[in-house]
Amino acid sequence: MLAEKLTNVEIQPRRWPAEGLTRVPYWVYSAPDLFVQEQEQIFRGPTWSFLCLEAELPGPNTYRRSNLGNMPVVVTRDAEGKLNAFENRCAHRGSLLCLHERGEAKDISCVYHNWSYDLAGNLTGVAFRKGLGGKGGMPPDAKPDAHAPRKLRVETLGGLIFGTLSAETPALEDYLGAEFVTRIKRVMRAPVKVLGHFRQVLPSNWKLYIENVKDSYHASLLHAFFTTFRLNRLSQKGGIIVSESGGHHVSYSLAADTGGREYEQAGMRAAHENYGLEAPQVLTAVDEFGDGIGLQILSVFPGFVLQQTRNSLAVRRIVPVDVEKSELVWTCFGFETDDEEMTERRLLQANLIGPSGYISMEDGAAPGFVQRAVDPSPDVLSVVEMGGSSTESADNRVTEASVRGFWKAYRQHMGL
Amino acid sequence: MDIDLYLQVQELNARYAQIIDEDRLEVWPDFFTEDARYRITTAENLQQGLPLALVYANSRAMLRDRVRALRDANVYEAQRYRHILGPPLLEKSEEGQVRVLTSFMVARIMHTGETMLFATGRYEDRIVSDAEGLRFAEKLVVLDSRQVDTLLAIPL
Repeated sequence: MLAEKLTNVEIQPRRWPAEGLTRVPYWVYSAPDLFVQEQEQIFRGPTWSFLCLEAELPGPNTYRRSNLGNMPVVVTRDAEGKLNAFENRCAHRGSLLCLHERGEAKDISCVYHNWSYDLAGNLTGVAFRKGLGGKGGMPPDAKPDAHAPRKLRVETLGGLIFGTLSAETPALEDYLGAEFVTRIKRVMRAPVKVLGHFRQVLPSNWKLYIENVKDSYHASLLHAFFTTFRLNRLSQKGGIIVSESGGHHVSYSLAADTGGREYEQAGMRAAHENYGLEAPQVLTAVDEFGDGIGLQILSVFPGFVLQQTRNSLAVRRIVPVDVEKSELVWTCFGFETDDEEMTERRLLQANLIGPSGYISMEDGAAPGFVQRAVDPSPDVLSVVEMGGSSTESADNRVTEASVRGFWKAYRQHMGL
Repeated sequence: MDIDLYLQVQELNARYAQIIDEDRLEVWPDFFTEDARYRITTAENLQQGLPLALVYANSRAMLRDRVRALRDANVYEAQRYRHILGPPLLEKSEEGQVRVLTSFMVARIMHTGETMLFATGRYEDRIVSDAEGLRFAEKLVVLDSRQVDTLLAIPL
């Protein structure tokens, strides 16, 4: 297993290319020692990871499983309605505590030896601690909770639950910054109703998927469906916002297109003439946010994505499984206030996203194309020069500023 | 049991799998009625009563759109399926329609030669009869696993 394979990996001294953020060395996607270091310094370090929606813990005494990087965690809502998150690992022999994906429970006990915990992750009982009939059991001075599952700090924003293990992580709203808080609240405008989940196994390092999310340049070029139906052309008014740390980004565009013919004139594959849908219902959207923005993709460092594609809304989180394997977990949602027509609209527009999505299917594969090509060439460099070399926000999307922003944050956390 | 109907359903299933496996996707929508519902979902979503589907179509026109998008717009590596279908289980016969459950296993064969067990699950079908024979008025594809490897482009 991964852990065995990686615990003894020696940390290699590495040097980032002198060009800085406009170059990415390919070893960053395939080095096992970096994968281990990332878990410690990024996912379990001073960052917030999205865990699940509040709506996925519908009442008191409910739980569901999630991840902090590759660490399994349990997220709970206790009897008082308080949210908690803790490592899904027993203090005793390290077994998974919680085997079910979600459910209701007043406490959680390990199946292996029945050690039990409350919903805050406190060890509350050790089976046969005093032995049986005066024999066996633990010594009186034993401290069974010395290796208790680690507890996460938990904060919420607009129905999104985030967790962090580090005491140094700033408060969630400070971590995000005011502009990102506003952009998140824009989408999370009412109590959420979960519509369902997709899970995709990606044959690539987690960073290749996150780069794909942040890359506003590729969206209209790779995704021919997008462009053909004028859902997203770079000629549409829009822009990107990159946080000061570089790690968070928003890419957005207005629903209306100026109607230019730049793609056709350049002869791009993504532009087909007269390509109409027989059943255009999958694209029929309403301006539910009242601001004309048809597309907003927002990412929070390290691995969270909030997506609004017309009326198709989803949260995505990336789980780094192995150096070259990730799992992408999607939860699509609407709002409790949605009527039947609105729900149907969201379900139809979900044809655009997920593993079979007219737009998103390519995003499952493209990171794998890079992985397969660069594995044998760890010392070659990727070029990230669209829009110059800065990580500044821009009023256009023909830029890789948010990709550079990611590497800025990554290098800072990793000391690279 | 209506042996004749049973054989017709089995024939329909076999033909359906054959045209997908032979990459004759243009014929695929013809297996459905004009206002058919075709959805691919996971057992996990279904068990929780969640309506989200990977593919969600409520007309034959939407199926034709999907085939055209797969042919002309979407980018994915060349791949084929091999469907192995279990015997159909005829649930309920009503006037002019029959409900059928069929188990499937689908192997995916990539252009590189890599072959994997890509999907297992069941079809929950409502089949009607018209002048030209049997058609699907509804096909719910329920994936046993909640996970899809990389992408699911070609229909199941």
